[in-house]
Amino acid sequence: MIRSLLVALSVTVALPALAQQAPAPAQSAPQDQAAPAGQTPAPLEVSVTGGVSAPMPIAIPVLPTPQVVDTPAGSTDVLGRQLAGIIATDLRNSGLFTPLPSSQLRAVGFQEVNAPAFDYWGGTGAQALVQGFVRANGDGNLTVGCYLYDVFSKVELTRTGFVVSPGDWRRAAHKCADMVYARLTGEGPYFDSRVVYVSETGPKGKRIKRLAIMDQDGANHRFLTNGQSIVLTPRFAPNQQSIVFMSYENDKPSIYVYDLGSGRPRRVVQNASLTFAPRFSPDGRWILFSMAQNGNTDIYRVSAQGGTPQRLTTSPGIDTGGSYSPDGSRIVFESDRSGGQQIYVMNADGSGQQRISFGGGRYATPVWSPRGDLIAFTKLGGAFRIGIMSPSGGGEKILTQGQDEGPSWSPNGRVITFYRSSPGSSGKADLWMVDLTGQVERKIPTPLDGSDPAWGPLRP
Amino acid sequence: MAKLTNILLTGAALASLAACASKPKQLPPPPVDNTAGLNTPPPANTGNVDGAIVPGSDADFRRSVTSNTVLFGLDQSDIDADARAILDSQAAWMQRYPNVRATVEGHCDERGTREYNLALGDRRANAAKNYLVAKGIDPSRLTTISYGKERPVALGSDESAWAQNRRAVTVVLN
Repeated sequence: MIRSLLVALSVTVALPALAQQAPAPAQSAPQDQAAPAGQTPAPLEVSVTGGVSAPMPIAIPVLPTPQVVDTPAGSTDVLGRQLAGIIATDLRNSGLFTPLPSSQLRAVGFQEVNAPAFDYWGGTGAQALVQGFVRANGDGNLTVGCYLYDVFSKVELTRTGFVVSPGDWRRAAHKCADMVYARLTGEGPYFDSRVVYVSETGPKGKRIKRLAIMDQDGANHRFLTNGQSIVLTPRFAPNQQSIVFMSYENDKPSIYVYDLGSGRPRRVVQNASLTFAPRFSPDGRWILFSMAQNGNTDIYRVSAQGGTPQRLTTSPGIDTGGSYSPDGSRIVFESDRSGGQQIYVMNADGSGQQRISFGGGRYATPVWSPRGDLIAFTKLGGAFRIGIMSPSGGGEKILTQGQDEGPSWSPNGRVITFYRSSPGSSGKADLWMVDLTGQVERKIPTPLDGSDPAWGPLRP
Repeated sequence: MAKLTNILLTGAALASLAACASKPKQLPPPPVDNTAGLNTPPPANTGNVDGAIVPGSDADFRRSVTSNTVLFGLDQSDIDADARAILDSQAAWMQRYPNVRATVEGHCDERGTREYNLALGDRRANAAKNYLVAKGIDPSRLTTISYGKERPVALGSDESAWAQNRRAVTVVLN
């Protein structure tokens, strides 16, 4: 559980109970502290898609606690250190921030949280400063406050706070990092989200594959299936309460919906031949999928509750891999009807099918960004590489070197996760992320190998 | 929050034996045990009874026909002359045992994307099945399944391995 304290984090409301324990921190009205006369500081901001600007140095000292209390999540002073670490890792992983090493960060007292020592922080080279606190509420929950400051202008930029249950404590750090990232880049948040994927182990000819879910930073990892049947291509429902995926259970490769609450899978389409490549519609009402009958594969949609599938494509070629636009009005998919795999777009009812990839080469696994402005794909021919293009097919840009496949978008449409395979008899695969510049690439830590990652929505 | 599912690793490690399914330019070598399909019946049911091979079993099939496997070109699903000869041999055996059913598995090499390869494997399985049906085998005796690129028999990343993996395997159900 996580509950926002957006309004309540003003000094007078959030901290009165603590007045008994520590002097109330000095009031600091955000807009009152202007820069010294004669200086107009540039607004603090970071560009996501552009340029070659260096990452912004940012200071994220340990979050103090008004009282050290033991909680099911650990003791609050240890939590303060861990929260700062998670915030720093999220921001560093975006490629846009350089958190100062902890050796350069002095301890911040509770009273200082909303009255920062700007002169000190300016001397460290930090341009932005994140201060916060963590407090045990006495009812088992924790309160985490988070304040962002512009060091040169000596002003508070924004603040947020959350009440979290002990099991969800990491989410408060992700929400804080999201606040900082969104405020300084102007982009949407994405750190408080999860990835579902296929965990892999065993030899290349006989992989054991299990569905698994984890936070986007690799934490809170757990397996959802037991590896007895091959499982492939899991994707989140928009409400994050279930996962749709494909399984070879009972030697009948079919799509299933796995309910995250009950832990039970439900077969989606009855009495069908091979069904695969499932995806939810953005409103959660439909499941798009591919069905192979007598050697021909087409795209269908079916109500998420189950029922009679409605056929959307009819070409004798292989039509597969459908993905909805974020407004649900169109679908991007791949088809080899022209002789090789290419990317097509159609209306959600199957009408108006037209090819959009003309860049030379073959294209597969198209996925529409949640922002609607881009389509990510796997480009074939030699190595597999991840690329992006506009929904009309222009502006093609290749982001990785390969052997990469199966992109999936972050909730803010600015980062892509995919899997990378090694050549040869190991053929081991791992999960990676890359940003839209293609410059920031990193491997996601997983307990075993992994493939088919799908990035879930931002958690509310 | 969903509870943790118990992880029951079966540990059912069926040995994956690399099949010598290279394109034959001369008479093919004697059939080898091609257990490329993970979901073939368990070893206890290969048709060996006290060391003797049961007629009409998958083991009998594999030692009797030219090959249980036909190969395909890159991104192709057409049955070429070599494949026709192999499938003719399979059809003849199946006509001797009219009650036997079989699954035709379609497979791909790793140079395709995952979902497309599931579809391409299905195309290959059906191409082989349709040829057997054209040779007089009742279609109700044959099912198809696609493994895409999930179950390669050759593990390398070279032309030879890829060629061996682009295949349709006929597995007799005992």
